Formats: sequence, structure tokens, C-alpha cells
Amino acid sequence: MRLAVLGAGAVGRATANLAAEYGHTVTALADSSGAVVDPDGVNVAAALAHKDDTGTVGDADPADALTAEYDALVEATPTTLGDAQPGFDHVRAALELDRHVVLANKGPVAERYDDLRELAARSAGELRFEATVAGAIPVLATVEGVGAERVNAVRGVLNGTANFVLSRMSADGLGYEHVLAEAQDLGVAEADPSFDVDGTDAALKCAILANVLNDGGYALADVDVEGIADFPGSALEVAAEDGQAVRLIGEVTADGVARVGPRLVPANDALAVSGTENIVQLDTSHAGRLNLSGAGAGGPETATAVLADVGRLD
Amino acid sequence: MAADACIGVVGVSDAETQAHTIRLELVDEPGELLRALAPIADNGGNLLSVFHERGHLTPRGHIPVEVDLESTPAQFDDIINALRENGVNVTQAGSERYGEEVTVVLSGHLIDTDLSDTLSRLESCASATLADFSLSSEEGTGKRSSARLRLAVESGSVEETLATVREVADEKDLRVVEPFVGVA
Repeated sequence: MRLAVLGAGAVGRATANLAAEYGHTVTALADSSGAVVDPDGVNVAAALAHKDDTGTVGDADPADALTAEYDALVEATPTTLGDAQPGFDHVRAALELDRHVVLANKGPVAERYDDLRELAARSAGELRFEATVAGAIPVLATVEGVGAERVNAVRGVLNGTANFVLSRMSADGLGYEHVLAEAQDLGVAEADPSFDVDGTDAALKCAILANVLNDGGYALADVDVEGIADFPGSALEVAAEDGQAVRLIGEVTADGVARVGPRLVPANDALAVSGTENIVQLDTSHAGRLNLSGAGAGGPETATAVLADVGRLD
Repeated sequence: MAADACIGVVGVSDAETQAHTIRLELVDEPGELLRALAPIADNGGNLLSVFHERGHLTPRGHIPVEVDLESTPAQFDDIINALRENGVNVTQAGSERYGEEVTVVLSGHLIDTDLSDTLSRLESCASATLADFSLSSEEGTGKRSSARLRLAVESGSVEETLATVREVADEKDLRVVEPFVGVA
């Protein structure tokens, strides 16, 4: 399959790098300031080296990537809130050309799901977004397999940064600021960690799951969110005395609950994953509870979900 | 020492020797079951059956155990008292029926916002009673502290109790960490 990859951050880079291994050809690669387009296949290594040297993958107009020859658009530009631009317009352009779209960008799916569905309904192209929820973990494929109408609830640890902070504070009795600084040094947390520690990132994933379970109607503003910024070590201490851990848990149910907040869970519970690991639990009508865990972020990990979606396209 | 098990009691009667059912939650550690059962025989009770639901966990992550025993009302009181002395919290006895428990953590300026008022307001919520309490203060963080409260509540009133906790915490600008209650 011929791929146009928009976004050359960790996920876009890894997708472009791994595409050939999956038997695909990257015919366009773009970042916010430039692009490289070649119907016979872009030299991915050269383009990424060019980006390392100059800050952009190539000299072409980024808009050229959208009109290039490709079968599927991989939208991996940074997540934006509200109108979810420019990601939303990228998706629109591709679907209007009857091309497939695979999203790693959470913004359009979380904030404008109903608009996306309408565009997809009018297009011969298909829309997929496995990579937007819990990175490499095949949550949406599992929901699809079970049937969304037979999934009664989805819950889990959906943000590795917040989980790293909570589990490290608890394990070593360290303060919030100390652990956050360490997470930034390790590259686990961004320089501006608010997206993760305020619960926004987990809430976007909950909005996406709520849309899938309830057939649309949700955006970030519909999710009840409480984060873990400045979380008190003493709270973790009194919880641990009682065999409990605190985890930032996202919950979505088929009857309309969508919320994110720090919750007490038994320290030996499946939900009490440590470090940057994510876990997602599905409560199903006929198959009980399914637990899926693994890497919820990272370039090659998330690219694995992107390429799994590409493989599911007709 | 923190209580590491709790029990609920059903079937108390004023007849001479009567069958009683006690529900226990045990931590999954060697010797826990024996420790919880010892006070029954020690106080003249007759153990009828023990249903140990291994593999099934309570929401608090403990193992539920159901115990049937025979005793007189006086012996039964002694058994409950002995369990309490062993660090086992009795969440339901006599006519009081606290069928469920809920643990919450409150953080913030607990002392400055009148902790005893906070606790009494939570207890005045008709369906809850404080079963266990633990407090920890942080150094150098402006008198910030955290408390773990285990509340025994009447069956079916967990959500009502949590709503009261949220209301009081909101008013006093305290952070609440609620238990995760999975939707079945």
C-alpha cells in the first residue's frame, strides 16, 4: 500500500521507517514546514536525515503531500484540541479524495468524532484510529472484534507519564516535583507536562472510547477530569498502609459515564501497573473481563498500531 | 497496627444457642484464616462451616470468607470482642447492619480545616460510621497532610456516602481520592 505520512515526530518517523518492513511504500512524508513526495517511494532515511540537519524533511510544500499519489494517509501530526486543526482538515482532504485515513492524532477523533464519521460515510475511503488509544495495545481492534454493543465498560491506566509519576512516588517515597523532574530527564515527561499530569491526554482517550462505545456524541468537554498535578506523597503513604495504590484511572461505560481521576485500587490489582505501562480492561457481555496491557506510548510502539490499522484496510 | 481484616455478621438472635453467619475479608497471607477463626473456639463457639472463596477477591482486594457457627448470644458477643481485640474490624453486629465498606483518602490542610468537624460530618451522614483512620503529615509542604478513612456503610449507600465526602471536601478545599469501583 502507498502511504502519505503527515507528521515527522516520534510516531511519524517510526511509521515511515517501518513501512517497508510491512510491505508498504511511503510516497509522501511531510512535517509542518516541508515535504518530500515521490510516487516511486520516498527515501525515508535521507528525508529524516535532512530533517535532523535542517529541521524539515524536504523542500516541497507540506500541502503537496495531501494531493500526492497514496492509498492511505497516516495522520500523525501533534494532537490539538477544540477544532482539532490542522489534523481535521488533513483527514477531510484525504477522505474527499476517497483515500483511506489512519490516525495517530487524537484530536480529530476525540473532539470531532461525529464530523469525522460524516466525512467517512461520504467517502470510499476507510477511517481507522487504533493508535489514538493506549499506543501499541490493540484496544479498538478488540472492541471491534467483541462488538462495541457487547462492551459494557472500558477502564484503565491510559497515560504512562502520570502512571510513572504515581508509581515512582509511591515506590520510593519521593515528592511530586522530584519525580516529575526525573521523568523529564528520562524523556518520560514533556518539558510542559500539563497535558499528561492534568489528565487531558487520558481524557481524550476516554472521549474516543466513549464515542466508540456509544456511537458518537462525545468530546473532551464531556469527560469529567481530575489530574495528578502536585499529588501529595502523604496520600500515597496512607493508601499503601492499607494495601492500596493510587492510579490515574479513565473509565467509560455504555451507559454514558466518561471520567478520569486518581483512584484507590488494591496494590496487587491488575490495574495497578507500574512505570510507564498502560492497561485497559474491557467488561464484555459474554466473555467477562479482558485485560490488555503493554506500552501505551513511544514511536515504534505506536507505529505498530498505525501499521496494524493499515493492514486492516481493504 | 492497622486492622487487616474486617467482618460482617448476619443472623444474630436472642435464642440460647443459635447459628450465626459471619463474613470476613482476609488478607492473602499464611495463617490469616487460622488467626481469624481462633477466637470462635476460644470463646465456646461451635464452628459449623467455613466457605473460603479463594480466587475471588472483594473490591478491596481481599479474600472473602463465610463462617457459620453456633453460640449463645453472650458467647457471640465475646467472639466479636475477641476478633476486635485481634485487630479485626467488626463492620456489622447486633442490629447494626453495615454491609459494605468504602475507603477514601483526603488530602490538604486537614488540621487547619478542622479534622474532627470533617469526620463528624461524614459520620452524621446517616449511613456511615468510621471503621478505621490513619493520618500522615508532610514536612515542608505547608502543613499538608493526608488521611485514610475506612467507612462502614449500609448496603447500597456507597455512592451516597461518596457524595457526602465530595461535598465536605469541596467546601474545605481538600483533595479526595476515591476508591475505584468497577462497574459490573
